[in-house]
Amino acid sequence: MTTSTGSPEKASEQVPDKMVLIAASGDLDKAWPVLILATTGAAYGMEVTVFFTFWGLGILKRPDAGITGEDWRQRMLSVFRRGSPQGLQLSTLNFGGLGARMMRDLADDHKVASVQELLEMAQQLGVKLWPCQMTMDLMGLAPGDLIDGLDEPAGAGSAISLMKQAKISLFI
Amino acid sequence: MADVTVDARGLQCPMPVIKTAQAMAGLSAGQTVELLATDRGTLSDIPAWTKDMGHALVGQSEGDGEFRFLIEKR
Repeated sequence: MTTSTGSPEKASEQVPDKMVLIAASGDLDKAWPVLILATTGAAYGMEVTVFFTFWGLGILKRPDAGITGEDWRQRMLSVFRRGSPQGLQLSTLNFGGLGARMMRDLADDHKVASVQELLEMAQQLGVKLWPCQMTMDLMGLAPGDLIDGLDEPAGAGSAISLMKQAKISLFI
Repeated sequence: MADVTVDARGLQCPMPVIKTAQAMAGLSAGQTVELLATDRGTLSDIPAWTKDMGHALVGQSEGDGEFRFLIEKR
């Protein structure tokens, strides 16, 4: 029997360890690992925060957000990058959406939880979901274009501040 | 006999760990959770989670493509 460091049975009574994930990609194949790690981190009793920036912010878009933004460029972006868990595409072998659809069917057959289910699970487990304020401004997204139950939009400063204290920080 | 049984058969990573953690949260020290799973990943994930959380894996068996774990809350 080897002695492990610390005393794990006390760990849950102390301040929980922090985990920070930066979700910078709006690809289906990146959103999946982000949310799998976030929910598992929560199952480990960690305080998990996911910071959604740039294309990653699309994961938090409401499926019915429609065309968003004021500027024509922002509106065009929202047409070509619909976002929302249901609208995410594969980074490779996507074939105009056919690949993503096949992957979702395959995941369904193998009882792999969908991105949408994992997002709901993350919220149930108390994972903090931070939309990036700058990305919201850049892409012309209002809080109403994003799903409910998110934390206040934040910036890089907040992310760094949290990562300085975090035991696990990943950029995905 | 376990205090709670979690049936995660058919479910894939990360659900067996998450469902076990959720079941465990409602128990007090000394009580047990029985996990039934078919995800082969649980063979490494569940012992790792149990150890890291400071709980005890008091029983483990497998048969017919199913894995059974008995975890005691500490």
